[in-house]
Amino acid sequence: MKQEIIFSMKSPYRDDFKIQGFRFGEGEKSIAIVGAMRGDEVQQQFTCSQIVKNLIELEKAGKLIPGHEILVIPSANHFSMNINKRFWAMDNTDINRMFPGYDKGETTQRIAAAIFESVRGYKYGIQLASFYMPGEFIPHVRMMETGFQDVKLAKKFGLPYVLIRKPKPYDTTVLNYNWQVFDTQAFSIYSGDTDTINKETAKMAWLSILRFMNNTGIIQNSMHEGFNSSILKEGDLETVISNQSGILYALRSAGDEIKAGDLLAKILDPFTGETRSSILAPTNGTIFFAHQKPLIHQNTVMYKIVKF
Amino acid sequence: MIKTIIAEGLPVDEQLLIRKKVIQNGQSDKRICIVTGTHGDELEGQYVCFELIRRLNENIEFLDGTVDVYPALNPLGVDSVTRGIPTFDLDMNRIFPGDPNGHLIEHTAYEIIQDLKGANMVIDIHASNIFLREMPQARINVKMSKKLIPFAQLLNIDFIWIHEAATVLESTLAHSLNVIKTPTIVVEMGIGMRITRDYGDRLVDGILNMMHKMKMWSGPVSKTISKPKLSTTGDVYFLNADVSGIIIPSVSHSVDVKKGDLLCQIVDPFEGKVLQNMLSPIDGLVFTLRTYPVVYEGSLIARIFADKKAEENL
Repeated sequence: MKQEIIFSMKSPYRDDFKIQGFRFGEGEKSIAIVGAMRGDEVQQQFTCSQIVKNLIELEKAGKLIPGHEILVIPSANHFSMNINKRFWAMDNTDINRMFPGYDKGETTQRIAAAIFESVRGYKYGIQLASFYMPGEFIPHVRMMETGFQDVKLAKKFGLPYVLIRKPKPYDTTVLNYNWQVFDTQAFSIYSGDTDTINKETAKMAWLSILRFMNNTGIIQNSMHEGFNSSILKEGDLETVISNQSGILYALRSAGDEIKAGDLLAKILDPFTGETRSSILAPTNGTIFFAHQKPLIHQNTVMYKIVKF
Repeated sequence: MIKTIIAEGLPVDEQLLIRKKVIQNGQSDKRICIVTGTHGDELEGQYVCFELIRRLNENIEFLDGTVDVYPALNPLGVDSVTRGIPTFDLDMNRIFPGDPNGHLIEHTAYEIIQDLKGANMVIDIHASNIFLREMPQARINVKMSKKLIPFAQLLNIDFIWIHEAATVLESTLAHSLNVIKTPTIVVEMGIGMRITRDYGDRLVDGILNMMHKMKMWSGPVSKTISKPKLSTTGDVYFLNADVSGIIIPSVSHSVDVKKGDLLCQIVDPFEGKVLQNMLSPIDGLVFTLRTYPVVYEGSLIARIFADKKAEENL
């Protein structure tokens, strides 16, 4: 393993900002993995650190297959993580809205350019991503429907689900999309949480990435085959919207199997504790996404359900 | 009349309220909309809303049509000194046209579009951010430029910046409205967290001038409407910091500079050293200037417009 500095920058008064890369093996650029790009992506940082730990052990055991180069960047935004900010510490811009970057542009454009210069040209690209809504997911692989996506490859992670979604306008500036434009097969891994560490789902995520590397001949590491992933499109998910606001008393969470009519949650009056609304399952299925914060707005997404 | 567009419950004894002031007179079915407060730290539009409504109320007999004024599309942000939407943590101007089945804020964006749809003109007022001061200017996507430039020229601004179509900008309010054939001009002026009264007065004069040309306003209009420069007649130069440090300004905003003029210095206060002298690369007009002193490598310091015709005359 070679540890290297991919980007460095002086700050007026803080310590220097450095993005570190961990490079394993030599040869074909086989796989690049990027962890936390936002300051609250602690789960993603933790997951990536465990991938580095596992790869160091596999390298010592001689289980990295020769001829492959692996690059892991666990953290691209610890200047924000260290001060509990989600976006860039100075101007609140989002590094993952700056790709492919511009090395003569604004600070986060320069950071994105340096990351992209390091991770472009790899056969496979994996980003440990977080979602814009607060909540927990079933760990899954997410791909954009760009015409370049390869669903069979996505199943090699062995996660329960592969979700395919249509790109939105802002997606043209995210890492995943730009990877695909430059001929990298790109995947986003959602490991359930963001600003807290969930050891179980983090482990599912890092094992799925090691499984993918094993299944694509980059490492040799016998392990459980994982799930035969179900393929989903966003439209396949049934959305449950809150009809009241208040304190969320959640009874069911991501991964639970449910039947139509099951009580999923209650929304309580924050003064009297009375039930304002009982949220019932509209269908048989599995909860794919569950709102996780203790307070809930009216008219917002509470659950997304995979229908049976 | 104040009309409520959105009233959705927040968790504890409060509603998210988005409201507009409707000022109507006469028989015309023409309607213009003034929107601002999408970013909670951009407050220049607050004065424009106040002053426009004040003048219309005092001279309502000259109005023929409807003026809808939306002072705060992001009321939670404006009232809590927050640029984005508190609790949602995304830029509100990147989620349009919204989603009726999405998060509350995506649903809100959808309803805002439905309310603005069909207006004869929408003016979407922004105020840069807390770092940069902007000369009063319109920003128009090149695809919409033919239709919108004649209106922007009436607004009493100094500059019209025609920008390339960028996919990411498709999620803005202005783009989402323009694609459904509701003409919308973005006005950028001043700086975040402040009100520049002179700029506000100028834009109100410009809006009334535009309404006059649209035959919605028969009252007095300013005789000194500014003729804005058009970006397509020259080039826009971006100046970014090469080093991190503290900037000490040497020029004022909205001035003409010569090639080689010192714009500012980036210094290291610890050592008492100048780290970089930022020099103008061209003769031109400083229409954007950084005022926030702390910079990182890459921070935008200034934008300069160099008129080709002026260059050719040298």
